Amino acid sequence: MLEFYGTEIGSRLLIGTALYPSPQILADAVKASGSRLVTVSVRREAARARSGQGFWELIKQLDVYVLPNTAGCNTVKEAVTTAQMARELFETDWIKLEVIANNDTLQPEVFGLVEAARILNEDGFKVFPYMTEDLVVAEKLVAAGCEVLMPWGAPIGSGQGLANPLALRTMRSYFPDIPLVIDAGIGAPSHAARAMEMGYDAILLNTAIAKAGDPVKMGRAFSQAIEAGRLAYESGLMEPRDMASPSTPVAGTPFFNIDGAS
Amino acid sequence: MPQRKITVRGAGICGLWHALMLAKAGHDVTLTESSTELFAEACSQYAGAMLSPFCEEEGTEPLNRDLGLRALDLWRETYPRSDINGSLVLAQARDRRELDRFARMTEGHERIDGDKISELEPDLAGRYETGLYFAQEGHVTPQDALPFLLDQAKGMGVNVQLGVADAPDDADWVIDCRGLAARDTLKDLRGVRGERAVIRTSEVKLSRPVRLLHPRFPLYVVPWSDDRFLIGATQIESEETGPVTVRSALELLSTAYALHPAFGEAEILDVSAGVRPAFPDNQPRVIVRNDRILVNGLYRNGYLLAPALAELTARFVDEGVTHPEVFS
Repeated sequence: MLEFYGTEIGSRLLIGTALYPSPQILADAVKASGSRLVTVSVRREAARARSGQGFWELIKQLDVYVLPNTAGCNTVKEAVTTAQMARELFETDWIKLEVIANNDTLQPEVFGLVEAARILNEDGFKVFPYMTEDLVVAEKLVAAGCEVLMPWGAPIGSGQGLANPLALRTMRSYFPDIPLVIDAGIGAPSHAARAMEMGYDAILLNTAIAKAGDPVKMGRAFSQAIEAGRLAYESGLMEPRDMASPSTPVAGTPFFNIDGAS
Repeated sequence: MPQRKITVRGAGICGLWHALMLAKAGHDVTLTESSTELFAEACSQYAGAMLSPFCEEEGTEPLNRDLGLRALDLWRETYPRSDINGSLVLAQARDRRELDRFARMTEGHERIDGDKISELEPDLAGRYETGLYFAQEGHVTPQDALPFLLDQAKGMGVNVQLGVADAPDDADWVIDCRGLAARDTLKDLRGVRGERAVIRTSEVKLSRPVRLLHPRFPLYVVPWSDDRFLIGATQIESEETGPVTVRSALELLSTAYALHPAFGEAEILDVSAGVRPAFPDNQPRVIVRNDRILVNGLYRNGYLLAPALAELTARFVDEGVTHPEVFS
């Protein structure tokens, strides 16, 4: 079973709540996908006077775990402040920590990320860091107290899938016991299935479902792909071979090469 | 059909169209507004006021397109200054995929090249290689259209009362068009904050709204009367009406600047925010409760939907006919 900081999550698909055509379609997509955890970004505008209540009420009605995030933060200080606001607003010590290097590529600023993770972990937060696939960054984050790691598959919203599968594979084998979540870059259910086959614990995505022609159906597609990938990982995939390997014995079978006969 | 005594509550775009339509149908109409100054609290005054039934298909139900197409006709018939010159959807070369997606999700457009873009909008010549042209769409300028509709309504005999917050008790029908203020009775109504900027320059001329697609900040520039341009609008799940943040202002203004560098010299007239009323599915509803009719949830489509919804409400009052997708 998938657990984050001791809490069991019933699904390996985690869903971002931005960019949906409407909160109703978001709710329908989350239900159809069976997801049990959604991320919500904390906008300063919403935090002022708690005025985002309408949307927050709708999220609460989903009856799933809520992981607030610090999307849009570029510095350690901003991210820490936003996390503290989120704790108050959403009444949870979980935080998806994003420190963004630049607003064009949305690449994680890993130095600030490690520092913010340390500050927040010491402050009692349970930090889910959005990071690159760099192994050293992963080690620093674990040393800073993170018990979940969330490397990107590809840049946010790019839909490119797993840009660096080798490094992701390495990370999996370096951290066999830490829940690893692919966060960002997933465009198609096949990308998600591939990550799950590699042994990743969960997938967090937003755009691929929210911006699909039919987000509800796409939610189901991802859910099935993730389940298939996980089952494949648990059952043990065959090793690829260079040569054909007949599944029934060839010796002794009558064999006529009709096309080649002359 | 007997003349009925009808009170329309809320003098925003929704209430104005309802008052006008019901007065045209021969009813005795009173339009009440809780604020003492006209349009002071209406979120309609913050709108871009695009009439774009096809572009709205990206992200909403076909219902909005159908209501919007009817509304386009009603605007054209009613308001002589409706600008029905089409609309343009453009993307920077590197965001071209966004354009493909937008084209896939909408109808009523043609793919156009750089030559056609410069023919339609000479000031954008050489700046974009490809775009989508929605020839049937249009827009209005809210600061001109709202007073016009009010005058038309008055001319049809509508009695306008400002500073009236209470519901009347002597009307045959009360049509509640109060937007977010109706949340006292509509519990699942929520506010969605929209921020916009209004700028002025005579150095750039546009004949139609231009949407600039971007994966994170899809914004639009609408040419208003008197060399003004509206740049809008963010969509934030918040009911805060307070001032615009620096970040949002940067996003808005850089959209105009990206569209044409000459906007860099424009004067900033206003940067402010309104809150749109929306139901969870972001679709409009007409809710009938005894002798009250609540028309709400027009979300970001007030100008696009109000005329057609007013027509449906008037038809209900006169003939008892309901539109299954809108009425509940």
